[in-house]
Amino acid sequence: MASVHIPSLLQDLTGGADEVTAPGATVGELIEALEERFPGLRDRLCDGRRLRPAVAVWVDGEPSREGLLQALTDHSDVHFLPAISGG
Amino acid sequence: MRESDGVIPAHRARFPGSKTVTDTKTRKYQVIGTRPIRHDGVDKVTGRARYGADIHLPGTLYGKVLRSPHAHARIRSIDTSKAEALPGVKAVATAKDQPALADKIADLGEAVMNLRDLATNVLAVGKVLYHGHAVAAVAATSLEIAEEAIALIEVDYEVLPPVLSVEAAMQPDAPLLHPTLTTRSLGQQSETPSNIASHSKIKKGDVDAGFSQSAVIVEREFKTSPVHQGYIEPHTVTAQWSEDGSLTLWLSTQGAFSVRDQIAELLKIPVSQIRVVPLEIGGGFGGKIQVYLEPVAAVLAKKAGRPVKMTMTRAEVFMGTGPTSGSTIRLKMGASQDGRLMAAQAYLAYEAGAYPGSPVGAGSMCMLAPYNIENVQIDAYDVVVNKPKAAAYRAPGATNAAFASESVIDEICERLEMDPLEFRLKNGAKEGDRRADGPVFPRIGYLETLEAAKAHPHYSAPLTRSDDSDGRKYGRGVASGFWMNYGGQSTAYASVNSDGTINLVEGSTDIGGTRASSAMQCAETLGLASEDVKPVVADTGSIGYTEVTGGSRTTFATGWACFEAAQDVKRQMTERAARLLKISPDDLDLAGGVFTSKKDSEKSIGFKEVAARLGETGGPVVGRATVQPKGVGVAFATHVVDVAVDPETGKTDILRYTAVQDVGRAIHPSYVEGQMQGGVAQGVGWALNEEYYYDDGGRLLNASFLDYRMPTCLDLPMIDTVIVEVPNPGHPFGVRGVGEVPIVPPPAAIANAIYHAIGTRMNVLPMSPREVLEATGQLD
Repeated sequence: MASVHIPSLLQDLTGGADEVTAPGATVGELIEALEERFPGLRDRLCDGRRLRPAVAVWVDGEPSREGLLQALTDHSDVHFLPAISGG
Repeated sequence: MRESDGVIPAHRARFPGSKTVTDTKTRKYQVIGTRPIRHDGVDKVTGRARYGADIHLPGTLYGKVLRSPHAHARIRSIDTSKAEALPGVKAVATAKDQPALADKIADLGEAVMNLRDLATNVLAVGKVLYHGHAVAAVAATSLEIAEEAIALIEVDYEVLPPVLSVEAAMQPDAPLLHPTLTTRSLGQQSETPSNIASHSKIKKGDVDAGFSQSAVIVEREFKTSPVHQGYIEPHTVTAQWSEDGSLTLWLSTQGAFSVRDQIAELLKIPVSQIRVVPLEIGGGFGGKIQVYLEPVAAVLAKKAGRPVKMTMTRAEVFMGTGPTSGSTIRLKMGASQDGRLMAAQAYLAYEAGAYPGSPVGAGSMCMLAPYNIENVQIDAYDVVVNKPKAAAYRAPGATNAAFASESVIDEICERLEMDPLEFRLKNGAKEGDRRADGPVFPRIGYLETLEAAKAHPHYSAPLTRSDDSDGRKYGRGVASGFWMNYGGQSTAYASVNSDGTINLVEGSTDIGGTRASSAMQCAETLGLASEDVKPVVADTGSIGYTEVTGGSRTTFATGWACFEAAQDVKRQMTERAARLLKISPDDLDLAGGVFTSKKDSEKSIGFKEVAARLGETGGPVVGRATVQPKGVGVAFATHVVDVAVDPETGKTDILRYTAVQDVGRAIHPSYVEGQMQGGVAQGVGWALNEEYYYDDGGRLLNASFLDYRMPTCLDLPMIDTVIVEVPNPGHPFGVRGVGEVPIVPPPAAIANAIYHAIGTRMNVLPMSPREVLEATGQLD
């Protein structure tokens, strides 16, 4: 199962846990699995069928442009961070 | 360092896996790492290169924008009748000529934008939110008539009090820029409206525990002003509609496809009806991604039925585009007696300008990235103020944050009596370490930059000379910096000409030599000379989707697309060569421009000969590739600077500057060095002189290069560059983006140098003569 680092602003939903594991072949499935355990978490991360525009998902040290469709492995390391742009 | 310099033994001894570009003994490429003349060079130095303002279409009208004289005001009414009646005026536009847009966030390439904010920034609706905010526009048969016409437009304003700092904007009773804006905090929204658009937080470990274990704690507050990218070419666009309803834009932009997407959303027309033709660009640095004039020109051209050309004046560029954020940063850091960083707690509040979207998130992610710190807490606030909407500027957000973190680290080093480079080596991040904001680093080269800086003659050179008796104070400072870089989508086509050369078509505006780096990666793959690849930057109708030239992505991602397109060419040409030699393609190798049988070296045929016979062997050969690559390599830099400060005037001179950077692989070292030097030059301006200067009413007072003081060649010494190559394992040639990180260390490095010169810590940017005199108590 992937390791998911819970943003500090969402840790009120996870009882203070800053890192959990969860199943999912994609980031979308992962979030659904997290929602089952921690109701309300999906709406904080997602706006409809996409990640919120201000949120980027990083998998294994890299930002993903594929959002909820980003594939995961059993060893994936997942972070939700501010979306950024360069100049 | 140039190619004639030698290897640095101490640096190589400690990190044998890295090398400088000067290590010619182990170079394994024929083209990559060389310095051919850039493919666009001749046109640019002879004046033949075509920039946006060089477009002249028959029947062109000239457009001008009327801008708000107020920083914050309600628009009661706009009367354009007198302007419309002026002979020569062919069209007038206000916001009512643009489709009304909902509050929709659109993904427009590298960044997301709120379309309603984008539209109302282009032409104000209901309120003006900064001095210079566009209110209306005119197209006329001459520029003079257009200027006369906008003066005839009567706007009735109700002036409102402006908020001009994050402190003022964050007060509970502050005037609100947007009555419905609430504070977003990762999916939650505050109940009451606020000028605080968002709050984000990074937390790791226990900062209280970390500080309790610290022998030294330093806590400081830092302030910076908005600064402009200072691109030498103003924004310019020519818009023309055809009878079938399609729109063509010729312009200066960092991203033709991003412009196409923005125009499609703003004007509610299909992307297939828009063609964006990027001309040569005179600088962007992040400031030429968002549209300003383009929708206005399109609307005017539609109304007039003629092409409309609009070019900003320099004052308009300052007032009406996107500087980077001013900021207030509070930072507390603690370290153990033996020099280990134990905890860091930061508060970042960045000015977004008139609409949400400062780079405070990126600043919070970059601030402490060079270091291993177990206990971190960073609170970051995006705050709207009555200034132009902030746009990206070269590693957006990171320079502000590094000014704070690298200054505090310098103070910790002083208290611990530790060498600042040794301290950074002790705490520096390496492969496998986890960043403060979470992701684990892959192979990186930060420690290598520190070692290279330490081994550089600059670091051990005497600070003063025997003839330095002019009363100035001398100091040396160091600082490091980090930027994440970006990947993104790119497309390339490579077609083989009958003379064996390659037409290489790609979609990345060439700002810093990327046509050359793309061509060189293609040439290396095919065993050709760089000049045998002819790169062309295409418009949106001629190349597949390509994201902006920004985020230090182009040599990485577009270069990768060119590499893959070349691989496609190689496969096809191998099959053709095999057919001509009557052997299996699996039997052939391509090296040095020649296909040779692995089994019989007598069986060979040149690439150029195969190219000359394509008609006989199956027709044209065109390779293509689209990429959205992973494996983006992050960037680190370490800088060393010597300054002299005149204690009577407060003026700081840069005496010597050395920029060290891990670039992964320098495709064309001259253009890598150029990026490093350019970033440093901008960082020096940011450090010493540049700021947006406002009066109490929020009017910008220094909207010209006379009063907005950017460095010239008279202000800077030769900037020495050290290219460190720790190849990025994620890229075929090891490339890391190089363009942005060099702007991150300079303000902190210079602040540290000034401290070591005069004994006073500077915590405000710019460190102008006035600020230095004020900090040293000479203006009381």
